[in-house]
Amino acid sequence: MANESLKAKQEAYAAKVEKAVAKNPERINLPKMRLATPLDIEGFDYEKDLGFPGEYPFTRGVQPTMYRGRFWTMRMYAGFSTAEESNKRYRYLLESGGTGLSCAFDLPTQIGLDSDDPKAEGEIGKVGVAIDSLADMEILFDKIDLGKVSTSMTINAPASVLLAMYIAVAEKQGVSADKLNGTIQNDILKEYAARGTYIFPPKPSMRLITNIFEYCSKNVPHWNTISISGYHIREAGSTASQEIAFTIADGIAYCEAAIKAGLNVDDFAGRLSFFWNAHNNVLEEVAKFRASRRVWAKVMKERFGATNPKSWMLRVHTQTAGSMLTAQQPDNNVVRVALQTAAAVMGGTQSLHTNSKDEALALPTEDSVRVALRTQQIVAEESGLADTVDPLGGSYYVEYLTNKIEAECWDYIKKIDELGGAVVAIEKGYIQREIQDSAYKWQMEVEKKERIIVGVNKYQIKEKPPEGLLRVDASVGDFQKGKLAKMKAGRDQAAVAAKLAALETACKDEHANLMPLILDAVKVYATLGEICGVMRKVFGEYQPHVSL
Amino acid sequence: MDIVAELLNGSKLAISRAITAVENEYGDAVEILQKIYPHTGRAYVIGITGPPGAGKSTLTDKLTKEYRSRGKTVGIIAVDPSSPFSGGAILGDRIRMNELTMDEGVFIRSMATRGSLGGMSRKTAEAVKVLDAAGKDIIFIETVGVGQSEVDIVKAADTTLVVLVPGLGDDIQAIKAGILEIGDVFAINKADRDGVERLHIEIEMMLDLDQNETEWRPKITRTIASQNQGVVELVDSIEEHAAYMVKTGLIQKRRFARTRNEILTMLDEAIQAYLKKKVANSRFEALTEEVSQRKNDPYSAVKSILAEVLK
Amino acid sequence: MEKRIRVLVAKPGLDGHDRGAKVVARALRDAGFEVIYTGIRLTPEQIAEAALQEDVNVVALSLLSGAHNTLFPRIVEIMKQKGIKDVLTIGGGVIPDADIPGLKAAGIAEVFTPGTPTEKIIEFIKANVK
Repeated sequence: MANESLKAKQEAYAAKVEKAVAKNPERINLPKMRLATPLDIEGFDYEKDLGFPGEYPFTRGVQPTMYRGRFWTMRMYAGFSTAEESNKRYRYLLESGGTGLSCAFDLPTQIGLDSDDPKAEGEIGKVGVAIDSLADMEILFDKIDLGKVSTSMTINAPASVLLAMYIAVAEKQGVSADKLNGTIQNDILKEYAARGTYIFPPKPSMRLITNIFEYCSKNVPHWNTISISGYHIREAGSTASQEIAFTIADGIAYCEAAIKAGLNVDDFAGRLSFFWNAHNNVLEEVAKFRASRRVWAKVMKERFGATNPKSWMLRVHTQTAGSMLTAQQPDNNVVRVALQTAAAVMGGTQSLHTNSKDEALALPTEDSVRVALRTQQIVAEESGLADTVDPLGGSYYVEYLTNKIEAECWDYIKKIDELGGAVVAIEKGYIQREIQDSAYKWQMEVEKKERIIVGVNKYQIKEKPPEGLLRVDASVGDFQKGKLAKMKAGRDQAAVAAKLAALETACKDEHANLMPLILDAVKVYATLGEICGVMRKVFGEYQPHVSL
Repeated sequence: MDIVAELLNGSKLAISRAITAVENEYGDAVEILQKIYPHTGRAYVIGITGPPGAGKSTLTDKLTKEYRSRGKTVGIIAVDPSSPFSGGAILGDRIRMNELTMDEGVFIRSMATRGSLGGMSRKTAEAVKVLDAAGKDIIFIETVGVGQSEVDIVKAADTTLVVLVPGLGDDIQAIKAGILEIGDVFAINKADRDGVERLHIEIEMMLDLDQNETEWRPKITRTIASQNQGVVELVDSIEEHAAYMVKTGLIQKRRFARTRNEILTMLDEAIQAYLKKKVANSRFEALTEEVSQRKNDPYSAVKSILAEVLK
Repeated sequence: MEKRIRVLVAKPGLDGHDRGAKVVARALRDAGFEVIYTGIRLTPEQIAEAALQEDVNVVALSLLSGAHNTLFPRIVEIMKQKGIKDVLTIGGGVIPDADIPGLKAAGIAEVFTPGTPTEKIIEFIKANVK
């Protein structure tokens, strides 16, 4: 037996290692796996575990040729201040070779408040663009052909409203909804678990999501109706395995809700997409991407009985890890982002946002955004990483790690199933607690220097305060409020009242699909805050579960 | 500032400082408590306890809103355990009560158990007195009911509400022994969960076995606090118990027993302190040495100490 | 019974990124402090009022949305109006160095930017608590 001989040799190696370690102790906090051999992936079955790219279980990627035909979509998340300013940035990005838009909204927009709400004070236009009504959305996409561009919108609790606005703007441009391409994040469960921009309780939130699935399957067929996001779970401090496990558990919950609402799994599953974090540990990240595709394919095929191969594919957008950027020696972040980009590409992402070096300090400047985009272009055009499909496939260590992460993922999914699914697990605070424990562990490792962050707990230097940071003009709030007041004065108030009343009635009927009514309200310039206000009134607001 | 006068006027700063004084046993604590004592005894005190995760804080939030809509002012003491390792604590009850923070008729204070639960029940009772003197009509004491000591904290209450949730499984057996017997009113919270019928029957059965000397049969109300369901009914049953307590004169009995207990405890502590002052530590050590070497017996040792102290 | 340092850990503004606030809360607890944690999306008025009712020694604010220049000074101002004079107020989050002098002038005793070890925050509190 080949393995017998190998085992004997490995034992001899282990004896050598023991001696070597006695003389020169190894560094602390290393993974257990010193050297992976075929013994560590015993039972490995190429056809079953990997197969070919574009084939079940998609371990090696979702397309047959991956980046040999077309690179991933280089999608830079952007948006700040007003619709006018953000429109300029979008057009700049498209002219610089960006191939898709990704809209960041300010916090009042993300939690369904208008700019004139007292709670919005100080927040208007800060972390993204402020959108109060269709009027702002028209400016945001001015001179951008919505029939040609694909747009990703990071919007969750009020996703239905922003999608309706997007459809309405396209309609005004003469582009019909069935020609639209893009994604809404629309992932409320991770808002409860990690990101915090929720509005309504789980039940009506899940209803809004299934309403969107149903509406889009009929009217906006190319739209990715949800981006089930591990990114923010990882940013909140989870491990790689937790990131994909909790996210896939969320995905299972969405599928169950949609099926319960009467949808056929193959009618919506092909429009589900995912969102991963590209973190610092390159090999672990590559394994994570590969494991996640294998788990999701099995979930869709075996658990939900989906028959369309498109339903089995985990398609993923990726962002490099914002929380790994350091405020110290910010130039170092360019290197971190390059390695994270390499991981995402070797992991087989479908689209990628790269963070800019100054984002631990402020919103990125145009110059630093360009370097971030160029990082992707260098990896794509110069590094060779995009030239062969799944280049790390077959590496003993990467296959071992892929198996390990997959196994940890199944353990969590089992545990969450036992608790009653992701919604209950979140309501009980289980997922939040697991994430917090990992975050605390990480922080303590950094403080004890068991984990090194260059420039933070090792290799520090005296630095001058950074210069040339982007600042959002403090007058943005007043400008936005002025625009809103003017718009409100000029619209057809009776029509607004009528459409909002119709929406309220529909909210109370559990079986009504709210999307057409939201679209009606948006078109007569009912504001985001007014529409969400009606839903707040009927649905109530989510009370977070926090346990530390 | 004259903390007592301000406190009696309802000044929140004064209430806050007075509770701190009590909690940390500052030099002026006893004086404050003495001066406010004549102004206490007017508030109705409601204890809320139940296992972790039962939704007590959310329920307290909703009950408070209901009492506010009935025109009552409310004080809340939320007690959480201190970490046995560091002595620190994370007190998170306010998270579910943030909406109450800006209500002028509500005052919320979080307290950590700080290791000594016995001492804690006295401090909680003293904090209640501060809120009482400051004119709060209703005072909630909320604490996790996991052991006898926590139960003691809630004994400062006129009515005790026990909150349970479906799906605790066998835990109900453990809880039965601890907190079921102190419940005057029960709530089954998160009543939209599976197992609510079973839990309801279990509580009824336990109440059937209860050898209570009074004829009060605790009501069980189903609530979904997060959706504000069953809250009005729950306040009604609390009020019903309060009315019963008043009508039967049980409230005087309960408060009399509590006052008596309070005096006894304080007397105990005073005597201990007195003993410590009177009997030199070396003398005590020497006696212990004698007893442990069987040259003396503990009974005679106590007698001799008492004889020295009481001469 | 000894006195314990009481700290209100609060997140003003609308951002939901509470990783830092929670890690700090736990670290302070493990350092023996009593931490009153109030969750996300609090108004300056709510934070000042909670500080009053809880009679805390320290108010620790965390904000990552960029609204610190508006919200931090307002919290200090409202606390003053309520007669709270002896509280140590500190802040943390994505805060550009250029904003720090202004925040300090407005009554924020110290600002901790990303990468600060929790140990440093604990030491600062111990050294400066009134």
